[in-house]
Amino acid sequence: MLSIEQLKKSLFVSLWFAFLTFPLLVIKVDPIERTVQWRWENMALVAAGSFLVSLLVRVFQVQQERRRERRATGEFVDRVPIMQIILSEPRYLYTLSGAVLLCSLVFPFLFSTYQTNIMITALMYVMLGLGLNIVVGLAGLLDLGYVAFYAVGAYSYALLNYHFDVGFWMALPIGALLAALFGVLLGFPVLRLRGDYLAIVTLGFGEIIRLILENWNEFSEGPSGISNISRPGFFGIELSLEHAILYLYYLMIAMVVFTIFVVNRLQDSRIGRAWVALREDEIACQAMGIDKRKTKLTAFALGATWAGIVGVIFAAKTTFINPASFTFLESAIILCIVVLGGMGSIFGVIVGALILILLPEYLRALSDYRMLAFGAVLVTMMIFRPQGVVANIRRSYQFKSKAEGEG
Amino acid sequence: MEYFTELFFSGLTRGSIYALIALGYTMVYGIIGLINFAHGEIYMIGAFTSFVVATVLSIYGFPLLSIVLLAGLAAAVWSASYGYTVEKIAYRPLRHAPRLSALISAIGMSIFLQNYVLLAQSSEFQPFPELIPDFDFMEPFAHVVGSSDLVILLTTALVMVGLTMLIKFSRIGKAMRATSQDRTMAMLVGIDVNKVISVTFIIGSALAAIGGMLIASHIGQINFFIGFIAGIKAFTAAVLGGIGSIPGAVLGGFVLGLTESFATGYVSSDYEDVFAFTLLVLILIFKPAGLLGREAAEKV
Repeated sequence: MLSIEQLKKSLFVSLWFAFLTFPLLVIKVDPIERTVQWRWENMALVAAGSFLVSLLVRVFQVQQERRRERRATGEFVDRVPIMQIILSEPRYLYTLSGAVLLCSLVFPFLFSTYQTNIMITALMYVMLGLGLNIVVGLAGLLDLGYVAFYAVGAYSYALLNYHFDVGFWMALPIGALLAALFGVLLGFPVLRLRGDYLAIVTLGFGEIIRLILENWNEFSEGPSGISNISRPGFFGIELSLEHAILYLYYLMIAMVVFTIFVVNRLQDSRIGRAWVALREDEIACQAMGIDKRKTKLTAFALGATWAGIVGVIFAAKTTFINPASFTFLESAIILCIVVLGGMGSIFGVIVGALILILLPEYLRALSDYRMLAFGAVLVTMMIFRPQGVVANIRRSYQFKSKAEGEG
Repeated sequence: MEYFTELFFSGLTRGSIYALIALGYTMVYGIIGLINFAHGEIYMIGAFTSFVVATVLSIYGFPLLSIVLLAGLAAAVWSASYGYTVEKIAYRPLRHAPRLSALISAIGMSIFLQNYVLLAQSSEFQPFPELIPDFDFMEPFAHVVGSSDLVILLTTALVMVGLTMLIKFSRIGKAMRATSQDRTMAMLVGIDVNKVISVTFIIGSALAAIGGMLIASHIGQINFFIGFIAGIKAFTAAVLGGIGSIPGAVLGGFVLGLTESFATGYVSSDYEDVFAFTLLVLILIFKPAGLLGREAAEKV
């Protein structure tokens, strides 16, 4: 299966990585105590690990090569992935979504409050992912400052609640509107920018918002944040903590269902198609008579709206917010959800959010390696499976009348 | 006036470090048209390597000059190796993929490297050994410009001259210029484009590592997170000067360094990073081609 030549190459890779990681992984200095600690076991681990990974990649490549050959001779026909069958056939899709919904409705009765709480967080990320999916997945605008809108939502509720005692339900639309406004504010100047510049400007924008929140003490209480934010009201009835969590959970389920509905409808609408056209080719899209400005701005505004809504819910859930919750890493996690799940695919984003948020929660031992894994996931996904776990299916016309006339 | 001079020199020092990092961005962008998001992390790894090596050597009692040279060499060698590896793993397979894919891969690499250093070393700020002593002849000027400022400025100037010579007169420099003008054409005339790209990453990373070591020893402490902010600022410098242009990166670095220094000195130090970001946003809106860049029309 693998030649000696390839084994040699893998060996070389492992030696290279042993060299590469030597100063940082092996040596550990304590500049105050003035002691040096040599951790040779790390070097052995890295060497063995990189050898294995390199072998795996090689095996994978050999297999891909073979498959390609067989495909060329017509011996091997691609099977349609099971996910795609389920997603393209309404019968299966409705059954599956019904089952998932039912499971999520009984979830709090089967598991503890703690688990429900984690699930609320995961659902929040589902919503954030779906929101960012509009901007990145559909419109193809890489937004690295998405967390800024999340912060806008959270702070608008926190501040309104703190100063004017505004309730959750009042703040929800306000937060959403404010976030959308900020989306347009960011959208206007960056209209002319291409992909990578856009990414950096949005990153800068996100950081500016966070730095302002951190430094403008009179406005946002600075790094110490705002505490004692009211939980969502339930027709004026005081809820115990346990019930409040339960209430929030069902609220989130309703919100997620609502989001899925809206995003799904948006995808097939005129504006949704304009987004996809914009993503595929800006110039061709303009030539077709699509207003680029309007299309981009609505993408930013609608994407930001969801972040604003989740921001309000986040503030209500934790009852305490400070700028530390809105760092670039948060944007990166949301981006990772979208990329892992499959850009443009609603189902993919849900799967992505559940994997990325729940997995580290349950594998506590691995939580230190969480961000490391996120980075690695982004790179590997781009190289091996850029379409994500659940690929977005392109709508296409099937000509069924004649058997031979496909496509 | 004295305050002004002090701010001016501290701005120059900052600016020259930004320029050193910005060169890596601009060279890579010039050749493969990719924002190497992980470049800030390469700079941080350079600084960390020199921190580890310098501390080990100083514990074992080596003389200062050899510590400086060895730490600098180690930083450059390892950063260059990291730069080379990052390109090979994360960018090369994606060379013909959509731009967005390469950019996401770059962001992933940046997050990965940051957390790698966090896990391998420490999340705390580490005191960086003082590598540049106070020279006696600088005594009369010490209140406005320190010895390490002087060393940083001189090193940067030397590196810039060296780099310009390399690109203008050497074979590989010629190949780099050809590749950045037209990659396909360069391939047709027999230039090994993959090698040129690797060399670009190696040079850019080594420059960033030297910048990292100098600034870390100037500031006196180091942390795994320094690459993020420094990377964005250096990118700002590169864009400010006109991305793809080497003199532009240097000019952009100095303009950004001076702006920051005066803004923090005369306006407010709380918003230090906001100035850089605002500057970045403003340039991209009003003059996306930068100070020395050329406006390139997109061909269809």
